[in-house]
Amino acid sequence: MKKSILIFIENNGKSIQDVSLELLSKGNELKEKLDTDLHAAIIGDNNTEFYSKLYAFGVDIIYSVNDGEFKEFKTLPYTKAMLKIIKESNPQIILYGATNIGRDLAPRIASSLKCGLTADCTDLRIGNFEYMKKTWKNLLYQIRPAWGGNIIATIVNPEMHPQMATVREGVMHMIEPDYSLKGKVVEIGVELSDKDKKITILKRIIKEKTVDLKGANIIVSGGAGMGSKGNFNKMFEFAKLIKAEVGASRAAVDFGFISKDHQVGQTGTVVKPRVYFAFGISGAVQHRVGMENSGTIIAINSDPDAPIFDIAHVKIVGDINTILPLMIKTYKEMGK
Amino acid sequence: MKIVVLVKQVPDTKNVPENAMKEDGTLNRQALEAIFNPEDLNALELALELKDRYQAEVTVISMGPPNAKEILKDSLYRGADKVVLISDRKLAGSDTLATSIALAGAIRYCEPDFDIVICGRQAIDGDTAQVGPQVAEKLSIPQITYTINMDRIENNHIFVSRETDNGIEMVKGELPLLLTITKEANIPRLENIKFLMKYKKADIKEDAKIKIPVLGLNEIGIEEDIVGLNGSPTKVKNIESVVITKKDIKNYSSDEKGISELFEDLVKNHLVE
Ligand SMILES: Cc1cc2nc3c(=O)[nH]c(=O)nc-3n(C[C@H](O)[C@H](O)[C@H](O)COP(=O)(O)OP(=O)(O)OC[C@H]3O[C@@H](n4cnc5c(N)ncnc54)[C@H](O)[C@@H]3O)c2cc1C
Ligand SMILES: Nc1ncnc2c1ncn2[C@@H]1O[C@H](COP(=O)(O)O)[C@@H](O)[C@H]1O
Repeated sequence: MKKSILIFIENNGKSIQDVSLELLSKGNELKEKLDTDLHAAIIGDNNTEFYSKLYAFGVDIIYSVNDGEFKEFKTLPYTKAMLKIIKESNPQIILYGATNIGRDLAPRIASSLKCGLTADCTDLRIGNFEYMKKTWKNLLYQIRPAWGGNIIATIVNPEMHPQMATVREGVMHMIEPDYSLKGKVVEIGVELSDKDKKITILKRIIKEKTVDLKGANIIVSGGAGMGSKGNFNKMFEFAKLIKAEVGASRAAVDFGFISKDHQVGQTGTVVKPRVYFAFGISGAVQHRVGMENSGTIIAINSDPDAPIFDIAHVKIVGDINTILPLMIKTYKEMGK
Repeated sequence: MKIVVLVKQVPDTKNVPENAMKEDGTLNRQALEAIFNPEDLNALELALELKDRYQAEVTVISMGPPNAKEILKDSLYRGADKVVLISDRKLAGSDTLATSIALAGAIRYCEPDFDIVICGRQAIDGDTAQVGPQVAEKLSIPQITYTINMDRIENNHIFVSRETDNGIEMVKGELPLLLTITKEANIPRLENIKFLMKYKKADIKEDAKIKIPVLGLNEIGIEEDIVGLNGSPTKVKNIESVVITKKDIKNYSSDEKGISELFEDLVKNHLVE
């Protein structure tokens, strides 16, 4: 029997998390390389809403646990549901988003199946592996940073399958859905016992996200060199124009120019946008660890020797007070 | 009430000194200091708070090389009642699954009647956050991960808050269970002078005045083929150091001409729409 690729579809009853769609996109590529089928595991109480979307992302078979008991994520019930789905789907690879949910659920399943699991991958590839004069063909290369980002490791699971990984949000490219595609649904029923209900959720507080640094393609960040809240207002104007989110250094937050949820760095958010603008940020290591993997780093600083220029791709030496308004004007004049 | 805390000694990956990078761009591990995994200090602190509030007995277990005794001594200095080191050559190369098999075995052996097992959310060498949930599965107990606050214990249930992807969840869990703790949960206490004096001579050596027990696979009853390199499903294929190199940097002037050129290039390269 052909072994599938199975993707855990994280959803909140209203929508599917982007990371799951990104994984399906990657799944399409892997499916082609490995000549196999793409399966989706969806657990919740409003699953039918999502079937057409899952097909549009190339899913051949949807395994669905659709039951009021599974409205909210709970470790033990979801583990039980996944184990049942895995039995049906017979996957060689299972992928989960590296979200709090994925990172709670996946290790529990790995332990239960006695298979390997690699956390927080930033890249996945297919390749061979040689070890002690033996060769394994077409294994999943699970690529991830470790040691605080000082090393990049490639991990494989040669023998104890399925090969499982959690994957960071925003690193896999999302494909265009094709709504003409169709597949099939297999409904799975799961009986829960008292043993699965030892944890009760008493209350849920949803914090509306106002800043989405992780999901941003472009971030314009300001530091102490911005000098004032007023300049940050200009920054928001600039961000809106070029469809960016606004980030900040800790110094800018400490000065009260902007709120803490905008902070990038070791004690803020770690970001990896396509483009990162650093206005008046010196480039302290605690800031750098939060942004140095950005695609293109554009640094603007009045000090030509500022350390930020050591990691920047684009260097502009000058005063923010003139450069920021000039950027806004220039972009507007380009007819955008 | 009996509490087990799992702690790990890790290289201080957050402070990589200049000399840690070798000429060839690889990492010199010896140059990194060995420290108490930061979030395991939060795990220990939570256990000590439970000890203060509910007279709990706190056992700290670490698996690692003999040198990991340092963090166990540190745990004693902060107020732990009992510490145990799991150390065996056959454990070398264990991935998270093999590690959790050994740790679950150690817990069953040392403290079979535990009420709560507490772990850090993740260890800063691997950042996997897997060992906690895997130990819970091996012990057949529920888990509460990403715990950011402990409210109380009442009628054999613990009440905690945990961080979710979009907010906070207040949950109630029946004991026994396993918690993983984030750094937001508390501020770890410092070493206590009284305990420092008391345990200064604690060691793993046979003739130590206060002996820190060291257990191998035989003692904890774990077969060698399910731990170590052989028992680990994951293998490291290769490792590359990330060397921070000065990239090719492109200069633009800060005047109108420079800024126009910049935006033309950004648009041309589809970086900005
Ligand atoms: C435990 C710990 C955690 C930390 N976590 C973080 C974190 O998560 N994120 C973070 O950012 N920091 C963090 N920090 C702080 C960090 O060490 C730096 O202090 C901080 O990043 C500096 O911010 P800055 O670059 O904006 O300010 P500064 O270092 O003061 O730099 C300001 C820059 O602006 C330039 N400048 C001034 N005026 C102008 C002008 N008119 N035009 C153009 N340029 C100008 C200057 O040349 C200078 O380079 C942490 C520190 C510690 C100890
Ligand atoms: N070798 C070990 N000894 C004791 N506890 C460990 C060990 N490895 C991991 N842990 C515990 O599991 C948590 C998560 O570790 P990790 O999965 O490696 O990120 C840590 O914070 C510790 O509480």
